Amino acid sequence: MDKAVQVLVFVGGVSAIVFIIGIFVFITKEGLPFLLGRFDVAEFFTSPRWRPTSEHNPTYGALALIAGTASVTGLAMLVAVPFSLGAAIYIGEFATGKTREALKVLVELLAAIPSVVWGFIGLSIMNPLIIKTFNVPVGLNVLNAGFILGLMAAPIMTTIAEDALKAVPDTYREAAEAMGATRWQVIFRVVIPAAKNGLVAAVLLGVGRGFGETMAVLMASGHSINLPTSIFDSVRALTATIAAELGETAVGSDHYRALFTLGIFLFLITFIINLTADLVVRGIRKK
Amino acid sequence: MVTAADRATSVARPKVEVRDLTIRYGQKIALHNVTLDIRENEIFGIIGPANSGKTSFVRALNRMDLFTPGMRVDGTIRFDGREIDKWRNVYALRKRIGVVFPLPVGLPMTIYDNVALAPRLSGVKKRAVLDEIVERCLQRAALWDEVKDRLDSLGSLLSGGQQQRLTIARALSQDPDLLLLDEFSIAVDPVTTMRIEDVLKVLKEEITIVLVTNLVQQARRLADRTAFFLMGEMVEIADTEDLFTRKTEDERTQAYVEGRFG
Amino acid sequence: MFEASQLNIRNRKVERLWGLLFLVMTILLILPVLVILGVLIYKGGPILSIDFLFTEPKDGMTAGGIFPALVGTVWLVAVALLASVPVGVAAALYLSEYAPDNWLTRVINLAIINLAGVPSIVHALFGVGAFVLFFRFGTSILAASLTLAIMTLPVVIVATRESLQAVPQAFREACWNMGASRWQTIRHVVLPNSISGILTGVILEVSRTAGETAPIMFTGAAFFLPFLPQSVYDQTMAMSLHLFVISTQVPGVPEAMPFGVALVLISMVLVMNAVSIAFRMYLRGKKKW
Repeated sequence: MDKAVQVLVFVGGVSAIVFIIGIFVFITKEGLPFLLGRFDVAEFFTSPRWRPTSEHNPTYGALALIAGTASVTGLAMLVAVPFSLGAAIYIGEFATGKTREALKVLVELLAAIPSVVWGFIGLSIMNPLIIKTFNVPVGLNVLNAGFILGLMAAPIMTTIAEDALKAVPDTYREAAEAMGATRWQVIFRVVIPAAKNGLVAAVLLGVGRGFGETMAVLMASGHSINLPTSIFDSVRALTATIAAELGETAVGSDHYRALFTLGIFLFLITFIINLTADLVVRGIRKK
Repeated sequence: MVTAADRATSVARPKVEVRDLTIRYGQKIALHNVTLDIRENEIFGIIGPANSGKTSFVRALNRMDLFTPGMRVDGTIRFDGREIDKWRNVYALRKRIGVVFPLPVGLPMTIYDNVALAPRLSGVKKRAVLDEIVERCLQRAALWDEVKDRLDSLGSLLSGGQQQRLTIARALSQDPDLLLLDEFSIAVDPVTTMRIEDVLKVLKEEITIVLVTNLVQQARRLADRTAFFLMGEMVEIADTEDLFTRKTEDERTQAYVEGRFG
Repeated sequence: MFEASQLNIRNRKVERLWGLLFLVMTILLILPVLVILGVLIYKGGPILSIDFLFTEPKDGMTAGGIFPALVGTVWLVAVALLASVPVGVAAALYLSEYAPDNWLTRVINLAIINLAGVPSIVHALFGVGAFVLFFRFGTSILAASLTLAIMTLPVVIVATRESLQAVPQAFREACWNMGASRWQTIRHVVLPNSISGILTGVILEVSRTAGETAPIMFTGAAFFLPFLPQSVYDQTMAMSLHLFVISTQVPGVPEAMPFGVALVLISMVLVMNAVSIAFRMYLRGKKKW
């Protein structure tokens, strides 16, 4: 019995590794023929022309998609990072008792809203709002998607950042307060430096989340291929491209395989982001 | 010339034989090169100040090194003549050794289930048998009178002293042939301690007891033989009375039992 | 003396200002969501009715209700749970109760972090490549649910592991010292005291699974199906995809309709989350040690 259970749970534990490798193997399996054949590194990274459906001369330049993802994620972080860190500091260092509990619950509920609902909010609430406020023809753009994505990424960043602040031992705070430092001095000179790695990890994971978000960006960004020059330009993200086009491709076609290649690209980048965040967090524990 | 007494000791194997026992936690040595025998049906006292390696000794006897990260045990310990790290079934070994540590652990289940757990693990299912074991063990641990009317309340919510007696009852419920008590009286009031001590005196007719204590007088009251541990070394081992009446050789022992340090 | 107290007053003012600033940031973070919830209720509330919940969509999804989508979401979530809960709990048991501190454990942890971090659309690609094509499940509830199961596996693992580790080590040692094996200890002491925490994690996973869209788009969820699924090999409609479809792909849908769908979906998710949170708080108040 004991041995059987041990084997069973071991299989469960190892399954996580099997799955992550499985994901890589299967998307590579579908994408590889394109990568080895039609794929052109220079075109992929430098050409903004993503025209896989062109009958005579299909092109697979992902630059505009990369720019779309980068601009939306960048704006999202601009919105989310200061607010999440601020909220984390408030919840972790200022709020007490019931207020603190209530805020934590609210943040947790925020994180639970499905991305398709966020996308719908971008589409139906933010879109008219942006058109009216800024007097622009289209409200589905970098601003819209970035704002939505910022709100989506904020709760995760807040939670992780608050955990990082909480991990700073109270003795640090007490020692600093005993020397006559005020609370904000304690926070800025002692707590934040001590929690630095955790905060960096929080931001990294927020970036990862924004980068990989699909439905919300698909619905709120305008989904048109553009190298954006202002926040009012519509753009198209890497993830959204796969979501929008996969349904229309024939299994095994160049286009189909090109979308899997985008998937490999996304997989590798999020893998690196997560790995870095993990190493950064491990850095704290070692100290 | 071989006397009858000699033959008797050589025939009756010691319950536990410890040879060159060294215990490390990572780089730190907790106990160094200890050799001793624990005889059948004696109360074997171990005294010494904090950090002298007493608890490590107890942990090694019950093979707790298997689940204590960084703990390494060298040398040999024989229990009933068999090296304990050669027991194929470590669970069977642990079932025969009851342990009680200074911090009481009432498991988060009813008082009844706490005491019935060990018999149940060994396959006892009959309610009447379990009832009998629970009552007997709680009686021996001097807890029965206080809890007999609420056996179905949580063991983990008892007071510290009651939890400690529950822990003792649980250790007895295993029906062990060796009972290891590590400073059991820290969490228990003096009156109850005396009651438990009385029980131990009776129990020793049936089983072997190792009594680790920081109360030298407790060792004097109970132990047949006593070993003095200091900073990871065993300074000496002697009949308890000899240890307390200056018949031993080492000055540190005298200093400690007379309360000059520790 | 006088100077010092003035400094104190100034310091206290500065401190209060900082506190206020962070409070405002927190509120600004939460406020938009409350506003959005308000708008959803305001615009979607009127369309909600028993009929809306329990009839099929009509007239090219511009009228009627959402019944097949509701049922489909229940199917998808149920099958995903059946697959992921046993595996997730096993993985958590391994990591919390058995795993030695070695490289393999570190790799497993890293794999879990990555499973949670891989974009949902990449999970969808995996689902297509593995379940739909390689294992020949076709686009079906089975393929979609397995994709969801792998994607939300980390939720179960992390929640379960947390509640297992909330059981003090002293309880395990006490049990081992009585000669209990690892499994006996888990069965008698660890699981009974963590099962409610595990349940909380499962509820949380339900809410996560119900809201996902990208992973099911190409693996088993259909834009429109006028009938209910009969087995796991059928395709199905789903709430999340239905919201996407009627708000972006179908012309002539009355405005209230997607708001109604969004409201139902978000209510499902938030109610389940609230239940999970309330459950957790109740347990915290009912400590057994």
